[in-house]
Amino acid sequence: MGVGGEAPGFFTSRLSDSIAWARKWSLFPYPFVTACCGMEYMSVASAHYDLDRFGAAWPRFTPRQADMLLVVGTISHKMAPILRRVYEQMCDPKWVVAFGVCTCTGGFYDNYSTVQGIDRIIPVDCYIPGCPPRPETVLDAIMKLQSKIQKQRHGLTGMVESPLRDRSGTIA
Amino acid sequence: MNEAADHPIVARLKDSFGDRIVESHSHRGDTTAVVDAARYHDAVRFLRDDPQCSFDFLTDIAGVDRLKLKRKPRFEIVLHLYSRRHNVRFRLKTRPANDQDPVIDSIVDLYPAANWPEREIFDMFGVRFERHPNLQRILMYEEFVGHPLRKDYPVNKRQPRIKEREIPDDRPGMLF
Repeated sequence: MGVGGEAPGFFTSRLSDSIAWARKWSLFPYPFVTACCGMEYMSVASAHYDLDRFGAAWPRFTPRQADMLLVVGTISHKMAPILRRVYEQMCDPKWVVAFGVCTCTGGFYDNYSTVQGIDRIIPVDCYIPGCPPRPETVLDAIMKLQSKIQKQRHGLTGMVESPLRDRSGTIA
Repeated sequence: MNEAADHPIVARLKDSFGDRIVESHSHRGDTTAVVDAARYHDAVRFLRDDPQCSFDFLTDIAGVDRLKLKRKPRFEIVLHLYSRRHNVRFRLKTRPANDQDPVIDSIVDLYPAANWPEREIFDMFGVRFERHPNLQRILMYEEFVGHPLRKDYPVNKRQPRIKEREIPDDRPGMLF
């Protein structure tokens, strides 16, 4: 590891990789739990399936200390501004997981009250289908999110470059 | 379904309200009476206070939009009552006369438990309850327009509170 003598491009890509490695194994989830999927989330987080194996088990109940927003359950139009606000309160870098079919597409709540997929409000990194999803599906999603984080470009400051978000941090 | 004039509670109601009890029926032990909207509040008070009725527990209130049934009047309010003293259940229905602006007496003064169910019916069906202490929406947000459980509310109509994002069909796939 020649720090001074190597070409800068080589060095930054390795730095990005090691930051990504650190970040993907210390995801602090913010569980935005609104519905029955919450039971399945509790199951995943508990000892039997043990989300802590992936470094993602310690829920922070303030968005300012979390970097993974787990949206678990149906989101109504009445609640949409609150979810948006919680997302905007989170510090970068941050990732969003849509947990269950209601958050992904509205599910069978195709009616006046339900948002037809939370990606109409905030950008989503990973979708978990199922009503509710099996814990294995959730673990699979966490692993997919980890590999996604590993492939994103990270800097010491600033945010992750992601195709869903532009560099200024505004929601596309 | 049969006319339930011989049912003791329906008979008590008919003794007091005569032809203002416009309909009654009984089906497998579930008895229902329909009262004219003008005497609705009096009938509820009677069912609560009369010792032989003594319906002291308001189980629920429901609203019905009978638009697709092509019945007149269009809206119906259904009261589900229970008497702890006699262990009897009873339904009382009433139909606000005006289909454009349905109005009915509130029974919050008789049953405080009617407060939220009446607000819900106001929210969902637009039936106004006169002399309700706090008649405003309970489930939908303030800026919502219309009443979503009315049969003529468009089934695909959405009223988002914040601007929704454009979701391009050709967005990049996930980076696995």
